[in-house]
Amino acid sequence: MSPSATGRNTAASADQRIVVRKTYKLYIGGVFPRSESGRTYEVRDSHDRFLANAAMGSRKDARDAVVAARGAFGKWAGATAYSRGQVLYRVAELMEGRRAQFATEVGAAEGLTPARADKVVSQAVDRWVWYAGWSDKLAQVLGGVNPVAGPYFNISAPEPTGVVAALAPQCSSLLGLVSVLAPIIVSGNTAVVLTSESRPLPAMTLSEVLATSDVPAGVINLISGHTAEVAPWLAAHQDVNAIDLAGAAEADDLSWALLERASAENLKRVLRPAGKDTDAVEPDWSATPDLNRIKAYLETKTVWHPKGR
Amino acid sequence: MAKFEYAPAPESRAVVSIRPSYGLFIGGEFVQSIDGSRFKTINPSSEEVLAEVTEAGEADVEAAVRAARKAFDGPWGRLPGAERGKYLFRIARILQERAREFTVLETLDNGKPIKESRDVDIPLAAAHFFYHAGWADKLEHAGLSDGSGQPPKPLGVVGQVIPWNFPLLMLSWKIAPALAAGNTVVLKPAETTPLTALLFAEVCQQADLPPGVVNILTGAGETGRHLIEHPGVDKVAFTGSTQVGKAIARSIAGTRKRATLELGGKAANIVFDDAAIDEAVEGIVNGIFFNQGHVCCAGSRLLVQENVADDVIMRLKRRLQTLRVGDPMDKNTDVGAINSAAQLARIRELTQIGESEGATRWSAPCALPERGFWFAPTVFTDVSQSHRIAQEEIFGPVLSVLTFRTPQEAVAKANNTPYGLSAGIWSEKGSRILWMADQLRAGVVWANTFNRFDPTSPFGGYKESGYGREGGRHGLAAYVTTGASR
Repeated sequence: MSPSATGRNTAASADQRIVVRKTYKLYIGGVFPRSESGRTYEVRDSHDRFLANAAMGSRKDARDAVVAARGAFGKWAGATAYSRGQVLYRVAELMEGRRAQFATEVGAAEGLTPARADKVVSQAVDRWVWYAGWSDKLAQVLGGVNPVAGPYFNISAPEPTGVVAALAPQCSSLLGLVSVLAPIIVSGNTAVVLTSESRPLPAMTLSEVLATSDVPAGVINLISGHTAEVAPWLAAHQDVNAIDLAGAAEADDLSWALLERASAENLKRVLRPAGKDTDAVEPDWSATPDLNRIKAYLETKTVWHPKGR
Repeated sequence: MAKFEYAPAPESRAVVSIRPSYGLFIGGEFVQSIDGSRFKTINPSSEEVLAEVTEAGEADVEAAVRAARKAFDGPWGRLPGAERGKYLFRIARILQERAREFTVLETLDNGKPIKESRDVDIPLAAAHFFYHAGWADKLEHAGLSDGSGQPPKPLGVVGQVIPWNFPLLMLSWKIAPALAAGNTVVLKPAETTPLTALLFAEVCQQADLPPGVVNILTGAGETGRHLIEHPGVDKVAFTGSTQVGKAIARSIAGTRKRATLELGGKAANIVFDDAAIDEAVEGIVNGIFFNQGHVCCAGSRLLVQENVADDVIMRLKRRLQTLRVGDPMDKNTDVGAINSAAQLARIRELTQIGESEGATRWSAPCALPERGFWFAPTVFTDVSQSHRIAQEEIFGPVLSVLTFRTPQEAVAKANNTPYGLSAGIWSEKGSRILWMADQLRAGVVWANTFNRFDPTSPFGGYKESGYGREGGRHGLAAYVTTGASR
């Protein structure tokens, strides 16, 4: 990998420039705090070489993120679908400009060849574009007029459910993350995402893209750290409306059954991890997506009004 | 305004023949229980015992789930959609043909006014079967596929548990979409209202529905728990309290069972100063006193704009004095009996709490029958948002009145609840209605009307009012699988 991109040198010699490394932090409410807990943890590449000290998010960080997400919800949900679509598309544009950085980080995290990493980044960018286009089509595809037996105008339309917590996939650090995140926010939900525990760096770089894009502060919040430590607080949080358990697959010390159980306390909408029975498996994120992830975080609202002269 | 004097106009009960005792409907036949016990179902307006029914035990649940699985793996699963649909059309027609019988039986067992059973419950139940019958051979056109071109598939055996407020109607909301999509069903009616579900079992027999496609297990909470926790059940559909809904969500956590939960509500019915006030008053009455207020989407919180509050409350009280409370079998009755002693105790407890917390109580002056379970239509004024009668579902003929000044305040108060099932808006200003409808966090919004239902119209809640929808294409989606989610 290229030293200029990763900031990792094997050794410094007289004629070699010492690379300026990046400090990886959390992304909450549009700013980059360190964890309030003051903790960090070592992130290593697929060959077990040191990459960075990432912030180790805490319960308090998760709660702060929910507050930020709740605060951002009304305006984001109330934005026009056209506007949300453009904001998402803008994210794809900015990701495209950072291809090299993403490819290096994804390659290091997932142990991919440069060519393969480059392809994964392409898929991730294209995934944003695919979801961006859905913003102003969902209401027509998923809603419509209902022909009730009476003199009433009756119409159903999808609405975002609110604040959605997500356990990002553990293996697919960028494509998986994007595949989980984009369907949450495209319809107007706001998101609190626990990044891949051992591969958080592409997510933290994505947060830099988000901060310089037009995604309003608080709409997307990204927390790195120990998934099994923070996830239960999000599952039990009374101001979270839905939870995506995709990242329960391959996570250490984590039972998705217990998270779903805790989610029942305020009847969160739960998107279970892929797999059969109690297993959780990480799916192939390169497969063509469908609408199921978007639908998981939508409510149907039906409005009636009499007709008459 | 004086109440008109009407001569009694009781509906004849000769049209129904209630058996002294009932078994369980498993595999197309009425069978004796394996490990259950027996209990009595009564007429809540007179406390007369109507029949003895079975409280199904765990072994009965096992037998019913096995019968449903056998039907799903066998004849029902192999039946083309078009043929499946014909069975549903048959059921719809038989319900129409035997409507009077169902109407009388529903009112006897539930206590609701005969005019509501006759004009709402039974016709809508038939309409649900008729509507869903047409979907059976059109699933691939329902817009539910995942893009792969594969048609949606049924889930398998569905366990369904329904409440006592609209017994046959809730049965139809559950069974019609399940069967249309190709599933088989084990349904448990509510403990206090089992009789129309047992009569529905006879309809299935008359329709020659293959054995095991519909199984009816009477019983109480334990029977329902055994059914929902049975590992052979692929999907759970429940209508009832939020408390039980949460227990169900916990019990299926970590499994691959799907669930739709249609739970409690505390709907705001919002009246603006530019509303047609007399129409709004009719809407308020319909919102909370329809079906004795035993309605999850009842407009139990009246939010009225401050400058018209006195006028609205005056007209509301005047209107409530004309409501006829009494014999549910009388065609002129507006408000019938409370469904059970337990529910009456719950209503009394919460209304007493309302008084002790400082709200002002007014009950319509009406003579209540001596036997049976009765509660006069009641209005609380001087209610604040923190009062328990403004927060908790009473599920009875009790209205809590709050006021507001601006639309923003109305929205904030309306949404200040863990529930999100329904809401009402009364205004003559179109743009305000549409803005309000956008702001309200509720699954059904009635504007200048209330408590309207239709098989084509999705129904269900936000937040702790549950998840999933019933009715329309959205309701159908809850009974099919459309491929792996990515």
